[in-house]
Amino acid sequence: MATKTDFGPPYFKDMLPPVIEKNYGKWLYHDRVKPGLLKHVAESGDEIYTVRVGSGRLVSTDWIRDVCEIADKFCGGHLRFTSRHNVEFLVSDEAQVEPLIAYLKEHSYPVGGTGHSITNPVHTQGWIHCHTPATDASGIVKAVMDDLFEYFEDWKLPAYCRVALACCLNMCGAVHCSDIAILGIHRKPPVVNHDTVRAKCEIPNVIASCPTGAIRPDPKNKTVKVIDEKCMYCGNCYTMCPGMPLNDPVGDGLSIWVGGKISSARTPPKFSRLVIPFLPNTPPRWPETVSAVRNIVEVWAKHARKHERMGEWIDRIGWERFFDLAEIPFEVQLIDDFTLAPETFRSTPTFKW
Amino acid sequence: MSESKTPLLDDLEQGPWPSFVTEMKRAAEKNESAKDLLHQLERSYEDRIGYWKHGGIVGVRGYGGGVIGRYSELGDEFPAVSEFHTFRVNQPSGWFYTTDKLRQLCDVWDKHGSGLTNLHGATGDIILLGAPTDALQPCFDDLAEIGFDLGGSGSDMRTPSCCVGPGRCEYACFDTLELLYNITMEFQNELHRPMFPYKSKIKISGCPNDCVAAIPRSDISVIGTWRDKIQVNPEGVAYHAENGVDIQAEVVDLCPTECMAWDANKKELKIEDAECNRCMHCINILPRGLRPGKERGATILVGGKAPIVHGALLSWVIVPFMKMEEPFDEFKELVENIWEWWDENGKMRERLGELINRLGMREFLKAVNLPPAPQMIKEPRANPYYFWDPEEVK
Repeated sequence: MATKTDFGPPYFKDMLPPVIEKNYGKWLYHDRVKPGLLKHVAESGDEIYTVRVGSGRLVSTDWIRDVCEIADKFCGGHLRFTSRHNVEFLVSDEAQVEPLIAYLKEHSYPVGGTGHSITNPVHTQGWIHCHTPATDASGIVKAVMDDLFEYFEDWKLPAYCRVALACCLNMCGAVHCSDIAILGIHRKPPVVNHDTVRAKCEIPNVIASCPTGAIRPDPKNKTVKVIDEKCMYCGNCYTMCPGMPLNDPVGDGLSIWVGGKISSARTPPKFSRLVIPFLPNTPPRWPETVSAVRNIVEVWAKHARKHERMGEWIDRIGWERFFDLAEIPFEVQLIDDFTLAPETFRSTPTFKW
Repeated sequence: MSESKTPLLDDLEQGPWPSFVTEMKRAAEKNESAKDLLHQLERSYEDRIGYWKHGGIVGVRGYGGGVIGRYSELGDEFPAVSEFHTFRVNQPSGWFYTTDKLRQLCDVWDKHGSGLTNLHGATGDIILLGAPTDALQPCFDDLAEIGFDLGGSGSDMRTPSCCVGPGRCEYACFDTLELLYNITMEFQNELHRPMFPYKSKIKISGCPNDCVAAIPRSDISVIGTWRDKIQVNPEGVAYHAENGVDIQAEVVDLCPTECMAWDANKKELKIEDAECNRCMHCINILPRGLRPGKERGATILVGGKAPIVHGALLSWVIVPFMKMEEPFDEFKELVENIWEWWDENGKMRERLGELINRLGMREFLKAVNLPPAPQMIKEPRANPYYFWDPEEVK
């Protein structure tokens, strides 16, 4: 039998609820009714209610069958997912909205993540299934969201706050433009396994993979040398070559970055900036990271104006004031020394004490 | 009662946020590999290090991507995960599903794999997590049977994704869902057979809120926008004013271009549309009162990426406005031109943004035949190091 190929994904129009099919492209406005509940109204007057539910992203087929059963019961067999791993139950019968929410709460599905909240963190695989992680992903997200749960369920913040986690510098999922990014980092150079390098790696590619030129050829021994002082532990060489492992229980840990945004509302998208260069890997609940994230959320929530995202608030008050208010010590690693470093240095004596 | 083998992970079954550990245990009741995965993860929690090896080349017939090879370093101890490969399965536009379709997928995955998934991976795919090498082809055959194809991996066009668009959002400035489906079908070869210098991502958002993070991470970012006036519904604006929105403070004072004025007595919002930069802030705050204009299309930006190799980049504007209507020929032609230049000039593992940085935006614009425009830049250069074509100096 010839294998069928290149037939593409299921056509989305076969997946839409009837009310969406009918009002496709004809939506007029929406109301943010309460946390976790959106109401969209079409030009025809038709309405669709969306109930948003957080998930742990790593789910079993049993869980998928569970949410399908809920969608059968309340939503005519239709549901969707968001770009941040939430499930959305799409309800076209208003009378079903409150019974659905009651059912979800009774069965411990978290309803929320809309409006000025902390919605589901985008995150990566971590120790569960990645080969270059400096930390786990799902475990830290679980610990952080257990702690910040009140902000998922309720509207208590000046604006929304996007938290994201990546378990290494590859930053799968655009965590580098988050209000708060938690990033796994290594702190030790790779330990070269010369036999593996000789057997499995293309040496020119390994050398080219290094952003700082820290890898030199060793033609005599058909392997490579690492100039440790030039290595900033990005792990890119290890991605290219299994003979360059740099995972290490003591060297590996987390870093915290703040103030990024993706949307162009008010101000252009911007990168998150490093504020805590290292926190240790302390499973199962990573208490240092959990409290660092809560502290940053609370300082921002206390001082920011309405609709002011983390980065917009910091731009207004200045980074020196941020470190002061957040009581975060300023460490030398926060000063850039990569290619575009001078763009981040200050060239004016106008700053705050 | 026997003692738990996973005391560290058990702790993560407590608390209000959904527990991935509970999900792993549910899968483990039915599947040996899910059980070994749980136990290997507990070991990682004890030792504070990961135990997955580099992927070898694995896949299905006819494709170069879509399956990520993964092997355990602790295969002797946890034999059911010694081979534990991942499928990336191409999601429907906007992640809309019928329950029937999802159940079919569950049946296939329970038959061939661990029963564990990610809904969804950051790129957009359905991630089916963990199957042994000899299950790959039969699993793909069964997926094909129910109409699910594989997504991208390696140096190919990665699975594109888009926002909910006209399916359920009045902000959508073009049909993001249809464009996504259209280009996915058009570029099946580029999606399934890696032949580029490195990965290439296309992400599609219907408005500048950019719900799929196109600008931070995609080589080619499509962002919906409009060219005429914001549509104003005065009753809707008044509704918000009467229902708790301080329009002066929350809308007018936060407008980045200062193009709005609010007359609180008359409940009248005036917008000087020519000065508006369409950032979406006022529309976000007043959804009953304001909508994007009627002359709609998209801004095309290129070069966005995460840090590897030479640092993160945000995409740059190269086409200020493009109409986005089926069959989307202008857009697809541009994509092909961009890929051709990148493929010809890019070094191995050099993303489009890095190549533009190395060879210059001037070279890029010339190659893809786009005219320079002030909308492309934040400010002109401040250095005198610029080039002339000898033809221009005569």
